[in-house]
Amino acid sequence: MSQEVFVVAYEGDDDSGSLLEYAIERAKKEDAALHIVHVLEWSPYSFLTPEEVEERHSRRKEELARAKAVIIDPAVVKASDAGLSATGDIRYGQVVELIAEIARQKSAAMIFVGRSGSNSISARVFGSVPLGLAQIAPVPTVIVP
Amino acid sequence: MNRVTTFAAALAAFLFGTLPAAAQGIDETINSIFADYTGWYVGLIFADLPGTNFSWIALWLVVGALIFTFYFGFIQLKGFGHSIRLVKGDYSDPNDAGEVSHFQALATALSGTVGLGNIAGVAVAVGIGGPGATFWMVIAGLFGMATKFTECTLGVKYRNEYEDGHVSGGPMYYITKGFKERGLPGGKILAVLFCIFTILGALGGGNMFQANQAHAQLSNVIGDYPGWITGVILAGITFIVIVGGIKSIARVTEKVVPFMGIFYVVVSLIILIMNYDMILWAFGQIFQGAFTGLGVAGGFTGALIQGFRRAAFSNEAGIGSAAIAHSAVKTKEPITEGYVALLEPFIDTVVICTMTALVIVITGVLNVDADTGLYVWDEAAGMISTEDGVSGVELTSRAYAQSFSWFPVMLAIAVVLFAFSTMISWSYYGLKAWTYLFGESKASEVIFKVIFCLFIIIGAAASLGPVIDFSDAMLFSMAIVNIIALYLLMPIVKAELAHYVARLKSGEIKKFT
Repeated sequence: MSQEVFVVAYEGDDDSGSLLEYAIERAKKEDAALHIVHVLEWSPYSFLTPEEVEERHSRRKEELARAKAVIIDPAVVKASDAGLSATGDIRYGQVVELIAEIARQKSAAMIFVGRSGSNSISARVFGSVPLGLAQIAPVPTVIVP
Repeated sequence: MNRVTTFAAALAAFLFGTLPAAAQGIDETINSIFADYTGWYVGLIFADLPGTNFSWIALWLVVGALIFTFYFGFIQLKGFGHSIRLVKGDYSDPNDAGEVSHFQALATALSGTVGLGNIAGVAVAVGIGGPGATFWMVIAGLFGMATKFTECTLGVKYRNEYEDGHVSGGPMYYITKGFKERGLPGGKILAVLFCIFTILGALGGGNMFQANQAHAQLSNVIGDYPGWITGVILAGITFIVIVGGIKSIARVTEKVVPFMGIFYVVVSLIILIMNYDMILWAFGQIFQGAFTGLGVAGGFTGALIQGFRRAAFSNEAGIGSAAIAHSAVKTKEPITEGYVALLEPFIDTVVICTMTALVIVITGVLNVDADTGLYVWDEAAGMISTEDGVSGVELTSRAYAQSFSWFPVMLAIAVVLFAFSTMISWSYYGLKAWTYLFGESKASEVIFKVIFCLFIIIGAAASLGPVIDFSDAMLFSMAIVNIIALYLLMPIVKAELAHYVARLKSGEIKKFT
């Protein structure tokens, strides 16, 4: 039987440490691989000034490079050091939809998501990532406090 | 402490007392210099065709639009569905998420054109040309879609891409590169001419005129106050956005502007629904007026001229500005930007301008002779008589206020925001022309941006009729150069189109959703 994959919706902020540690711990027990995903919030319908339109392509390159160097690479290294097979991915779009889609594509067994961000006002009004995943995730989802 | 207040009071008194007076003196001097030296050029650009009151420049734009329409086989009809699908993102590769979407490119370009023309310009057109002007406006708007298609495709195809990822494009680039490719002479000269016209047009029509109208609207609502106050505030905000790079303010307006646009259309629709029993009658007036004039002094030609003129001046098709805006978009297929851009005249002219016109006709702010059913012509004003003789923005404001009394305040806010977003857009168009002439460097960019901000203050503070006339003439001079170039380069677009359509049919270019 092939190895199970756990998808980690990884924000990379201060609170994400415990999420990653928990996911690593679970993956070790289950002998699963980790797929760590960082999503850069992006809407194709937001409005840009002409200068922003022009700079967009180079900004995107910078953002991707930064996310890779600061967020994803260290996380993948941490998981690999723990003896797991780990991969990383950086995507643009809506966090909830993308994580659900990636979980489907990877035929993931589980999704791990942090609870952080659930207390902000916008999260209360529009719903947070864990709440969104609770509604549309195709596989069991663990919300790590 | 006391001294400080006294000093502040004295300074305030000095500023409020002498500045306007000094400005007035400067106004007059600048005006007379401009009138003396540039009057002939303005006269030439806006000269009427012999025996009519139809300027040849409006005909130039309409004829261009007709030629592009036939040359590309009515691309605005055949390609309309594809344009919508592109904007919806059906053909966007999910792996390109984070790049500028087609929707964003369209919205950014639109925020530069939707504005005063849709509100005030239409009222002028309908006031002088009668309801029939609407019909011709829509027709000209529909043809103008082909012009935008042509110029924006070329804009993307021939832009410059630099190592750091930034891009510069627009007519000056397709003129130089495209002419070279086709072995045509004079590309460099035409490009330089285009840039000079663009810079002057950006400072005037894209800046001073907008600041001036924003101030006029504000003082209409708040009460009269010195224009330089509006100017300094607007210039300050613009400075923070374009020089300081504080994008949050721009982002706020860029969010509010489309909202205002949508709000305007929704309010118009509500008024139309409230008067649903008159819609058929209004369309009757528009069609009948289009061919008879319905009592308008100019008759059929009066309606035609006003409609064509309004469309040509409102959606900027053929001016070349949209080509600058669209060329910044990262895309593998230049023609897709052409497809997207052809929606601009549709939204700007066919939808928004028509809404304004319908509301003006339906709400009955134009006086009709009860016996004959014809409009009452006010000989002295040179337009259809209205209540209190109002015209322009005020006429639109009156028409909407018939249904919603709060509308004039909303309209004033909308005008100021539209003016601001138009200024931001034109600061970019002017900048691209400036860097083409003076080189791509941060220092040269900042010089232009500072000059641009200073002109906002002048525009709001002064009543510079001849200066603004001159700058309008510059805007339309852009169209002379640009459309000549479009005629010479349109075979390139045709080849590009054929290649794209073939791959679309064969399934090589596929939908992602």
